[in-house]
Amino acid sequence: MDLTYSPEERAFQREVRAWLKANVPKKDKADNPLESADKARIARAKVWQRKLFDAGYVAMRWPKEYGGQGADVMRQTIVNEEMVRARAPQLLGGMGIQMVGPTLIGHGTEDQRRRFLPKILTADEIWCQGYSEPGSGSDLASLRTRAEIVGDEFLINGQKIWTSNAQNADWMFCLVRTDPDAPKHRGISYVLIDMRSPGVTVRPLVQMTGDPGFNEVFFEDVRVPRGNLVGQLHDGWTVANSTLLHERNMLASTTRTQQILDNLLRLARTQQRNGKPASKDPIIRQRLADLAIKVETMKLESYRQLTDALRKRPPGINASVNKLVTCEINHQLARAAIELMGDYGWLGKKDARVRDAGVWPNDYMFALGLIIGGGTAQVQKNIIAERGLGLPREPRPS
Amino acid sequence: MIDFGLSDDQEALQRSAREFLGAECPPALVRDAATSDDGVPRELYRKMAELGWMSLLVPEKQGGLGLGTLELALVCEELGRVAAPGPFLTTQLVIAALLQAGTAAQRATWLPKLMAGEAHATLAYLEESDRHDAAGVQLKATKSRTGWTLSGTKLFVPEAQGADLLLVAARTKAGATGVSLFLVEPAAKGVRVKAQQGVDVTRKLGEVVLKNVVVPKDALVGTEHQGWPVLARLIDLAAVGIAADSLGGAQRTLEMAVEYAKVREQFGRKIGSFQAVKHIAAEMVADVEPQRSLVWYAAYAYDHRPKDAARAAAMAKASLGDVYSRTARRSVEIHGGIGFTWEFDLQLWYKRAHANEIAYGDPSFHRERVAELDGY
Repeated sequence: MDLTYSPEERAFQREVRAWLKANVPKKDKADNPLESADKARIARAKVWQRKLFDAGYVAMRWPKEYGGQGADVMRQTIVNEEMVRARAPQLLGGMGIQMVGPTLIGHGTEDQRRRFLPKILTADEIWCQGYSEPGSGSDLASLRTRAEIVGDEFLINGQKIWTSNAQNADWMFCLVRTDPDAPKHRGISYVLIDMRSPGVTVRPLVQMTGDPGFNEVFFEDVRVPRGNLVGQLHDGWTVANSTLLHERNMLASTTRTQQILDNLLRLARTQQRNGKPASKDPIIRQRLADLAIKVETMKLESYRQLTDALRKRPPGINASVNKLVTCEINHQLARAAIELMGDYGWLGKKDARVRDAGVWPNDYMFALGLIIGGGTAQVQKNIIAERGLGLPREPRPS
Repeated sequence: MIDFGLSDDQEALQRSAREFLGAECPPALVRDAATSDDGVPRELYRKMAELGWMSLLVPEKQGGLGLGTLELALVCEELGRVAAPGPFLTTQLVIAALLQAGTAAQRATWLPKLMAGEAHATLAYLEESDRHDAAGVQLKATKSRTGWTLSGTKLFVPEAQGADLLLVAARTKAGATGVSLFLVEPAAKGVRVKAQQGVDVTRKLGEVVLKNVVVPKDALVGTEHQGWPVLARLIDLAAVGIAADSLGGAQRTLEMAVEYAKVREQFGRKIGSFQAVKHIAAEMVADVEPQRSLVWYAAYAYDHRPKDAARAAAMAKASLGDVYSRTARRSVEIHGGIGFTWEFDLQLWYKRAHANEIAYGDPSFHRERVAELDGY
């Protein structure tokens, strides 16, 4: 066990810190929610990612031939930590960088990797995820969007729902049914769809937060080249699970959680409660310390899992545990902020007197969305119990 | 380079400890120790000493294994897994005190016996006020020409009944810097050890009454009036040890629940096939599994990150206190009626969880320390 940085790593840390200090945009700190409808903000987010990419700090572990740095895990960890410290804004291209990118590295063809990966890194192409359908939520494999093979193309008809950021996306990684006669997990394929294809209609859905953050996406005779199939035909479920695993890890990122904790502590020190800072209230102190411990635990746990991964030990159901625990902590952090603010805690995010630019009422809702999205807490618990502990599977109606 | 994992040697220690205790420390032994007066399973402790566990922290040139707090935590975890009785951790605390602040003569007198498992020791610092700070130490030590005279009462002393040596915190001067530490033999004139009835049947708890107990000059451990920082550091070590014990116990109660849920049938199905049960089990996993990292870090920080050691120990102690109690409770619920009986062994862990939560500072105490250390 060794948690000390080498002199080279320290030098790198200084370099990253200095770069972030000079370059993090003042306007869009991490605590500022990234709203899909705010086109100007979306544009700034792309500029920010491009800048970060040019500095060599995006997806550093990806191989060089696809635009990455081929960096070791330490450098990526240092960058993650420094981003927290600098309150750097979230990346818009998270679904590309953390979900479809790693999936293509694992399951894509060489052509697909060269075509798609570099533009994911530069935010030239933004991705969305076409999984859920109106009738297929937790039972994802029951999805019904059809893809018929016509010549060299798929002909796609159907509908996706809860598609985050589809209105800003250039591409979608999408699950479609290619064999309606096969058992439900075996007739699915994983395809990449150009969102500007004729027949694609995006209709925004307004979330609880007021932001049209997700969408319905309709496909009407949409033509997609066969070359956009990822993995084997009808074997999309395998590929989808790989992406789902990456998604759980993304949602479980402790980087974001540490940022939220830092913001909460900053709020507690400044927000007055009964004439003194909330952080001096004994009950609030207990609450804050409890959350700080939970966040620290998951940060250390991520180091342990990283070490296990480097030692080539199988991750087991770690991703499900991480997703379950971290998303719950994120919600508790927002909840604690709301509670310590007294009446300021029930101001809406646009009120002139709202604290921290309204991030807390927004997070209090948004964090709940992420407890549901990416596989609900209950689905994660089934995975932990059945795959992790070997408890008997739910009897499945055939 | 971040390498947050165990070395091959550490994993080997963990494996051998698990095998050894699995064979040598069954629940029947735990129950036997519970009914004895001093709670020390001597045969088991003799074998533990042979394995070198008692001298784990002692440098090699003094005849020990020369290992660190992480290794100690790994052994504590395995002891917690089998709810092992006796003064293992309490003795380690006194050994640590001797290594840190003891004189050569004190070490020469006591280390060989403690390392051989022939003598056991414990730390006596709490009193009726139950204050965990320096102000709680009011037992008086008066200096004389030949040494010291100690008078007062210590409470909540773990394993006092089995101890051959007590490290007693006493007041030698008013104020925060007026605490001194003394080695006191329970056999000395004026010392009375009485049992307190603790909830934890796997371990003993005692009251130590000192009435004009005369100790020589060289009973003082460390510098006069400067005992508190030494003691505070020992309490952090205790917190790490108990947190590790709790990790092992929580893991074991989780496993017991899962084993039971796989065989017990109701409504014509294994109860583990019901989501109501499955989700409890999953919550236990999500609760317990990440704690390992917190315990490892607290142990690592104790040796390698002095500035972060107290905070890490407080975090581990607070968190594991909550998690162990919650996990043991959930395990009892999954077992249903059988889990509530005296006969079924799960009660041993449930009670140990209760004690572990409170010993050496309860979760609220340690959370407040975190708040203080982080400057809230």
